Amino acid sequence: MPRARVLLGHGSGGKLTHQLIESLFLSQLANPILKALDDSAVFSVDSRGRLAFTTDSYVVRPLFFPGGDIGRLAVCGTVNDLAMVGATPLYLSAAFILEEGLPLADLRRITASLKGAAREAGVKIVAGDTKVVERGSADGLFINTAGLGLVPEGVDISGSNARPGDAVILSGPIGNHGISVLLERQQMGFVSTVKSDVAPLNLLVAAMLQASPNIHALRDPTRGGLATSLVEMARQSGVAIRIHEGKVPVDEEVAAACEILGYDPLYVANEGKLIALVAPQDAPGVIRAMKKSPYGRQATIIGEVLAEPRGKVLMATRVGGTRIVDMLSGEQFPRIC
Amino acid sequence: MRFLTEFRQPALAEALAERIRRWSGPPVSLMEVCGTHTVAIFRHGLRGLLPPQVRLLSGPGCPVCVTPNREIDKAIALASNPGVILATFGDMMKVPGSYSSLAEAKASGADVRVAYSPMEAVEIAQGNPKKAVVFFGVGFETTAPTTAASLLEAKRLGLRNFFFLSAHKLVPPALMALLEAGEVRIDGLICPGHVSTIIGSRPYEFIPRDYAIPCVISGFEPVDILQAIAMLLDMRAEGKAEVAIQYRRAVRPQGNPQALETMAGAFQVGGAEWRGLGPIPQSGLHLRDGMEAFAAERHLEMKIRPPREAVACRCGEVLRGLINPPECSIFGTGCTPEHPVGPCMVSTEGTCAAWFLYKPGG
Amino acid sequence: MCLAVPAKVVSIDGETALVELGGLTRQARTMLVPSVKVGDYVLLHAGFAIQTLDEAAAQETLGLLARMAEAGAGEA
Repeated sequence: MPRARVLLGHGSGGKLTHQLIESLFLSQLANPILKALDDSAVFSVDSRGRLAFTTDSYVVRPLFFPGGDIGRLAVCGTVNDLAMVGATPLYLSAAFILEEGLPLADLRRITASLKGAAREAGVKIVAGDTKVVERGSADGLFINTAGLGLVPEGVDISGSNARPGDAVILSGPIGNHGISVLLERQQMGFVSTVKSDVAPLNLLVAAMLQASPNIHALRDPTRGGLATSLVEMARQSGVAIRIHEGKVPVDEEVAAACEILGYDPLYVANEGKLIALVAPQDAPGVIRAMKKSPYGRQATIIGEVLAEPRGKVLMATRVGGTRIVDMLSGEQFPRIC
Repeated sequence: MRFLTEFRQPALAEALAERIRRWSGPPVSLMEVCGTHTVAIFRHGLRGLLPPQVRLLSGPGCPVCVTPNREIDKAIALASNPGVILATFGDMMKVPGSYSSLAEAKASGADVRVAYSPMEAVEIAQGNPKKAVVFFGVGFETTAPTTAASLLEAKRLGLRNFFFLSAHKLVPPALMALLEAGEVRIDGLICPGHVSTIIGSRPYEFIPRDYAIPCVISGFEPVDILQAIAMLLDMRAEGKAEVAIQYRRAVRPQGNPQALETMAGAFQVGGAEWRGLGPIPQSGLHLRDGMEAFAAERHLEMKIRPPREAVACRCGEVLRGLINPPECSIFGTGCTPEHPVGPCMVSTEGTCAAWFLYKPGG
Repeated sequence: MCLAVPAKVVSIDGETALVELGGLTRQARTMLVPSVKVGDYVLLHAGFAIQTLDEAAAQETLGLLARMAEAGAGEA
């Protein structure tokens, strides 16, 4: 049964990933906290408030890419998962799986980058682990980070809280991370200035929470891109989301790379963007607050939440048509047809 | 982006859609032959701009979808040889053969690589002199000149470890087979723009002449496709049937003679098996005499079991425009882009995948 | 099938050109378009320039459509 093997597509963040989680992990490991399926688990330990807890592994190739590296990614990814439930990130662990033969200079550079990102986000790395595996068993190095944060009183942010009428806010242009890594990795001969957008978003979220208590849902559209995150939230909340093609910002070089390779920017990964579903009356204030933050300067409203068709994402196209937007299906491959 | 953005202007699209909606003639079925058109039509939501009396049908113009299982099986068998690196376009990775796919072969340890250009495969062969490098070439007349040029380059370099497996096919003979079968009523053909940059407009002239069906060679932007539809309706209104070029910026009547010559330098025309259409004479490209040294099938071991077809899959009828995907019993249930049974579901530009992604539930 | 995108020829060196689209640059083989010149736009497919684009024809198409759109707007 060749079907019964793990494929790369199972790690794409799209439908195959969701199927694997639902059929294999959730069926065996389910509990009410895990079942919420938000970016972080939120739970109370005692009466003094709620904790947010998350973990993530980083296996990016190449280790260094335009705009960042695996060290910065390992901090930002976990900090952002905490921020997406409205938590203030506090403590991270970092576990390194090193491949025999990795240059120590690379490891030093990655650690310095990790430290810089932690400082920028205002979090401390308080626990760690190191393992070394034989040459060939890992791709240079893998990093796993777990993070712990505190959810402020009165904050209730979840992908299941979207309400019809909410504005859909996007913090900036999409696809930069995925395209920068792809062009660097595939060595297809493209020369570009596209840089990864990898960034910690917790201070941006804090500024947004200051501006409005009515932020219903947040999500950082990483693997699987904007489309997949929107579909996740539409399903979790039992609502429809409509976005407008002409309002979704895409930098020209990213758009050009997508044209050439047959990619849809809606499915390309980001590491420093967020989607916010916000009560319509609060949207202008939230956008204003976002624009003051370095990672929200290009924040814009890209659509709205509707009641129907439940669980679906629609896109009004530039030329006046409408189409359904589904989750990423398997991996995106460069296409010629 | 020059030559793209101008052809996405909402005002022009709206004016064309308005004009199409004024169609007062009898209901028409227009076939877009090319899978890239199918995807563009769905991605831009163009169907919703058309009146109910103007229907679009998808044709057999997805080279991935018309590649029969046997060809995929061969590629997998070649890739499974130790010492072989198989390179192909990303489009082919997930296509199911009889028993597995290249993506699964890769997961099982075969060295399968995605190439953006066939020249990359030539470079891989240069860089790995101890390995046999096979390029699995697939595509229509748009792509064939690029693999032909790469083969001629490999010949010039005297590479002895570069091999080729051809699944290249030609569009006009398939259109003839489709029209000759007469199973589906077609009132107009939207012809593939990029194939036509190579072959020009003349190879389609038999269609208006022998079948009285108007043809418009169209570009791929929303304004292009809407204009092509409007041009087809104009011809129908005037009772005319000819081959018109909407995509004038890229298509000349004579095509690209240099590309045609390059193709002829590496390939000769012969019979080919099409999924859904069966064997079609003079519709495939094979290595020409004098290029046998590159024939992967001759020089490398290739153990293949007899091909088998997925039982319930109705891709064949979808490719001929006979049914819409939701009419297939396994569409969206037993056959999805994650677990495709048939090639029309796996290819990004397959008709089933387009229906599934953009119109769930039909 | 057949994704091909318009790219501008920035420089030419033998049978290879540097082409640009939206700020992105790449080498493209030019053996299929022997008469290509710097400044031309070509269709890029699988790393090859497969045809040069005709500026005048594009402008004609757009002009025709713009006039049609205006006429339509006038009727409305």
